Amino acid sequence: MSLLDRIGRRAIHGVTDVGELSLQFWTGLRAVPSVLPVVGRRGHWQAAIRQMAAIGVNALPMVGVVTACAGFIFAMQSGAELRRFGATRLVIDIVSIGFTRELGPLLTAIVVSGRSGSAFSAEIGTMVVTSEIAALRTMAIDPIALVLAPKYVAAMIVVPCLTIMSSVFGIMAGGVFMYLSTGMKFLSYWQYVSDTILLRDVFAGLVKSVAFATIIVHVGCMEGFNVRGGPDAVGRSTTAAVVKATFLVILADLFFTAVFYITREL
Amino acid sequence: MNEPIIAIRDLTVRYGDLCVLNHLNLDVARGEIMVLLGGSGSGKSTLIRHIIGLEHPERGSILVQGTDVDRCSERELSAVRRTMGVVFQEAALFNSLTVEDNVALPLRELTQLAEPVIEIMVYVKLALVGLGDVAKLTPQELSGGMKKRAAVARATAIDPEILIFDEPSAGLDPIVAAEMDELILFLKRMFNMTLLVVTHELASAFRIADRIAMLYDGSLIAVDRKEAFRDSADPRVRQFLDRIPGPVLDSEAFQRHLRQLGGFTGARA
Repeated sequence: MSLLDRIGRRAIHGVTDVGELSLQFWTGLRAVPSVLPVVGRRGHWQAAIRQMAAIGVNALPMVGVVTACAGFIFAMQSGAELRRFGATRLVIDIVSIGFTRELGPLLTAIVVSGRSGSAFSAEIGTMVVTSEIAALRTMAIDPIALVLAPKYVAAMIVVPCLTIMSSVFGIMAGGVFMYLSTGMKFLSYWQYVSDTILLRDVFAGLVKSVAFATIIVHVGCMEGFNVRGGPDAVGRSTTAAVVKATFLVILADLFFTAVFYITREL
Repeated sequence: MNEPIIAIRDLTVRYGDLCVLNHLNLDVARGEIMVLLGGSGSGKSTLIRHIIGLEHPERGSILVQGTDVDRCSERELSAVRRTMGVVFQEAALFNSLTVEDNVALPLRELTQLAEPVIEIMVYVKLALVGLGDVAKLTPQELSGGMKKRAAVARATAIDPEILIFDEPSAGLDPIVAAEMDELILFLKRMFNMTLLVVTHELASAFRIADRIAMLYDGSLIAVDRKEAFRDSADPRVRQFLDRIPGPVLDSEAFQRHLRQLGGFTGARA
């Protein structure tokens, strides 16, 4: 196979992925009303609640530890530099803005992608291997409405919540650092933080987290639906789901940060 | 009513260079049990996957109840699928749900029936296949034969007109397999369903079939009533019916070949 051949093949793969993802996104969006309580189909909202526990509640300890550590690391690294200029106080600005705008959403997305994105693709991939998805199709039940939509709705609700929690954990870790290094009281730290954070920053973080949740659910499920073959294919799809979702999350982060950066100038 | 319920016309399927189904024509009449017989790799399962619209053929058409399942809209395909039930070879029960929830799923998703009505219907369907007492178990806790019967209950939940079986007796012991045959006959008598059964078990085929179609290398070589089929003179049908093995590797020749590969020509090394 020539180099040109290979490049062409990769390109076609990429375009197919994007096309499939957008189709699935559209179908998933149309299936969202069927998950909502009261107006939706019975059982779907309960499935969504179970997913919320799996994606969100169970991820909280992990997200908490990861972001608290990251917050402390972040504070130490910036504190070490800023101390030389006698500007240790700026650590608070850096940590609080850094977490609400950037690290909160991103770290949460990476944890959720690793925990739940992989779980989605493994679950759906196994259903493909055991013909459960084919059985659904032959029963005229749309697998996207039954399997994907509850996960999507759950992630849309839970990932922004997790993002807020993770920002809080990160910022609190910064407070611990400030107390240990300068003896700053926690109450005045909190006062300073609430003066620094703008609603706009929180909003930007939440917009990102919604986009990241969308990417993680759809990439995870697409990889699952595309499983062909046996158990080894499920394993490969799990890896692909995490790798692709993480990659796309970072691309989307770059895009959103650029958009917010440009609109700030206006 | 004389119009066939499933009509396959000139169906051709290729995977790459491999021709899996070759200009296939088949009619299934309303209310009959058609058995699709064939060896491994003859294209039986592929044909089934095309009839239920899971895959798209290269050429030809499949009309189910007068609707072309390859060229119709998504909505029409859904309507056709509601009149079909499929029992997969590996049962394909939802492992995360209990047996009763498996049977209830199509009713909950496709109908507006109230929950108590669904409960009664599920109980009736499960009792029909003799699984009334395992409703609360999960599929992992069932034996192979029970899984198959639960899959039958699920496939018949919305009262389909056509029931498709992929290898009903695969992996079952002779007694349970015979029970499956009786269940198939019972379903036909009870609901006057049209059944399309894919199998390679001769005993089962002759027990249940009205007509038998034999697939060989992607082509239908015989479609006939079972009595006529039994007396067929076609050598390929005879080979299957009389269980004559194909050419097997000669062990002497194989050893010679290995020795040559290893460079041990001449006498035994």
